[in-house]
This record gives sequence, C-alpha cells and structure tokens, in this order.
Amino acid sequence: MEFSIFSVISAVLYLVLGPFIGGLLAGIDRKITARMQGRYGPPVLQPFYDVRKLLEKEPVTVNTGQDFYVMACLIFMIITGVLFFFGENLLLVIFMLTTAALFLVIGAFSSASPYSQIGAERELLQMMSYEPMVLLMAVGLYMANGTFRVSEIVGGGPMSLKLLIGVFIGYLFILTIKFRKSPFDLSLSHHAHQELVAGLKTDFSGRTLAALEVSHWYENVFLLGFLFLFFANGTWYMAVVGVVVCLIAYFLEIFIDNAYARMKWQFTLKSSWLVTIVFGGVNILLLYFLRVFGILGV
Amino acid sequence: MTYVTKSPWVIHYDGSSCNGCDIEVLACLTPMYDVERFGIINTGNPKHADVFLVTGSINEQNISVVRQIYEQMPEPKVVVAIGICATSGGVFRECYNIKGGVDTVIPVDVYVPGCAARPEAIIDGVVKGLGVLAEKKAAMNSALTAVSETENAEMESEPPIEIQVFGSGEAPGKEAEHE
Repeated sequence: MEFSIFSVISAVLYLVLGPFIGGLLAGIDRKITARMQGRYGPPVLQPFYDVRKLLEKEPVTVNTGQDFYVMACLIFMIITGVLFFFGENLLLVIFMLTTAALFLVIGAFSSASPYSQIGAERELLQMMSYEPMVLLMAVGLYMANGTFRVSEIVGGGPMSLKLLIGVFIGYLFILTIKFRKSPFDLSLSHHAHQELVAGLKTDFSGRTLAALEVSHWYENVFLLGFLFLFFANGTWYMAVVGVVVCLIAYFLEIFIDNAYARMKWQFTLKSSWLVTIVFGGVNILLLYFLRVFGILGV
Repeated sequence: MTYVTKSPWVIHYDGSSCNGCDIEVLACLTPMYDVERFGIINTGNPKHADVFLVTGSINEQNISVVRQIYEQMPEPKVVVAIGICATSGGVFRECYNIKGGVDTVIPVDVYVPGCAARPEAIIDGVVKGLGVLAEKKAAMNSALTAVSETENAEMESEPPIEIQVFGSGEAPGKEAEHE
C-alpha cells in the first residue's frame, strides 16, 4: 500500500489537472452566478484569461517578503493536495492546509495597507471558524474507517457517510467559508463588495495575485476531493455518486452565494461553531457510544 | 496575442460632477448591459485595475487622488474620461475651484463625451480603450526598459480617440469655445 501506482497517478493528475479543473469550476461558477442574476455572464474560460492577464502585468510588490509568502501559500496548497491524492495521512494533509492558509495571512499582514490588515484579521477569524470542523472530520473519518490514511479510506473502508451524516453536514457548512462565498466571504472582497477595497489581496497584484488565484483553484479541487471521501468505499458506482455529489455541493454553494448578503464575522464564528458542535460533535459522540456498546459493529 | 484585452478590470473614480455619469457607469454593470460579458470586473483596487474610468472634472482637492490612483495602477493601463466634465470640465469649467478635464492631471487615452454619457457610449469607449491597452502591451514587450515618463509624453502628443454620441458630434474642446 505504500507505493501503489494508483496513488502516484492520482497525485500527478492532481498536480497537472488540478488548476484546469479548478479554473473551469471557477468559470462555470461565474457563468451560473451571472445567469442567476439575469445576466449573460463572461466566457467559461474567463478565469484563465484573468490569470494570463495578471501574468502579463507589470510586477508591483509593496515589500520584499510578500511574493515569498504568497508563493509559499501556493506551494503548500499544492503539497496539501498532492499528499491527499497520494493517499497520505489525513492529519498531515490538514496541517499542510493550515500552513498554506497561514502563509497567506502572513503575506497580507506584511503589507502596511489597513485594508490588507483587516482582511488578514478576518481571514484568521474565518480560520478559527472552520478549523474545528476540519479537525472533527479527521476524527470522524478515523472512527468510521479505523485509519487516517486517505488511500485506505478510499480503497477499502465502509462508506463513511452512513456513520458521519452530521459531520458531512458540518463540512458542507464550512465549505461556504472555504470557498469564500457569501454570507461568509469576509476577508476577500470581490465583485460588488468593496468596503475593504479588496481585503486580504489589496496589495497583491500581477503575478502575485495570479499565484493566489491558482492556489484557490488547487484548494477548491482539494476541498471537493475531501467531500468525495465521505462516499468512497472502493466501488466504482460510489465513486460516480461521490463526484456527482461534489458537483451538486458546488452548485449549492453558488446558490447560497447568490441568495445571501454578507454577514458579520460574529455570525460566521458563532454559527460555524454551533453547527460544528451540534452536527459534528454530536455525531462523533454518538459514534463513540455506538462503539463502546458494540452496536452496529462499528 | 495579449490577454490584457480579454480581462480588463476597471476602477471607477467620480470627481466633481452631478453624479449622472457615475450612475451611468454603474448601469453598465447591471443585467441590462452586463459588461462582465467582456470579462470586465469593477474592482475597487487600483492595483488590480487595467482601465481607469474617470467621471466628473478635476478640482483642486481631487488632483492628488486621481494622480495617486493612476500611479498605483500597474502597466499597461488606460485612462477613459467619461462625460463632458471629465473630458473638458463641462459646465464646471469656469468655476474657481476647477482645474479642468482629467487630461490636466493624467494622460487620457479615450474621451467619451456626453451629458450624461450613455452606457452604450461608455462600453464603446472602454472597448476602444482596449485597443490602446493592446498597443501599450506591445510597446512594453518591444521596449523592455521603456520609461513610463517618455510613454506618457508620447501619449499626450497623440490625437486622442473621440466617440460620437447621439448627435453631439463636436469635439469636447470646441463646445466650450462656443460658449
């Protein structure tokens, strides 16, 4: 199991195709969003045009460290996904994800712009909101499958969703934060939201901003892969179901994005912790008691 | 092939004006006109912007603001002056506090006259600006060490593009002379 050819292939596929799938998803997102608002919308390939354009722009950085931090964010995000699709330990993957997010926050804090600073603070608040649920997911998947290794969860374990419905709902909730959708898109202002200029990315421009965009694409594909874990039980039909559910979840996030205004950070923090405790916590507690009393053979 | 023309992000600044052109610029973003079809996004951040839309004339207090926004935009960049106030000062031209059109402070590439400029004319102006953007990108590629100052000087000597709008066929400068 250490070096199966399948895990190498999936890791390489993620590395190569990740940004294309992520960019395409972003393009479809913008198209669907436009249609929901009664507009025609940009071409589906628009995110790729945007990034190509950003690469063509004059490089402007506000300090010497900024580029390094954003590139570190991109690299750690790629490592996160590669480890995940390679079938590595889930805890390691989560720590890598957190490291990537932290580098982004440091990059934003390194700028003197007050908008960037507030964006970074809000990003930290967002991390505080979603991080407990992400950790509970790892715990839940371990309890359901008896292993932290992604390859074993995908390869042979039972379908985790049956035991982890609550955790699944909790993950869907924090996915809105991770995808940076309304009502929780606090740290990055985009489209019509401009009260923070551009929040976290105010001082990132040109190539730096392009790197940030690509890291978002990688991240989104990884997050959908995480969602897929709940359905994987080693059979091909559940794999198809998993992919379909990922797409439905993505559509749901777009719908929520368009249906809600932005909330305050207090609401983000309180609601996500509430959902984490009520759905994730109770689910894991129940799983624990099922195991203690030997019911269902869990 | 340059991608700057396929994803022009705009920043919008409203100087001394009646806010008419301001509203018309925002109207371009609505489902009726939907400029996102062309990949145009209204960013609030000069560092992300390629096209600078200025409505309203320049007064003594917004000179530094307009100049700062312009300077913060990375090359290649294009300035579009929208409405008669932005092109020449318009009805505010003779006011004690007005310096004039946008071109008194920063180099302007496209003039869109009108009071207020219609959304169709604004979109037309931005699309014309994209041509200038592509030229500037080509100039950036050919002259790697091109100093922006010399570029600006060249731009000012070139005849600016004007857009004909609904019968007001006269150039913005002439209109003021008539009065």
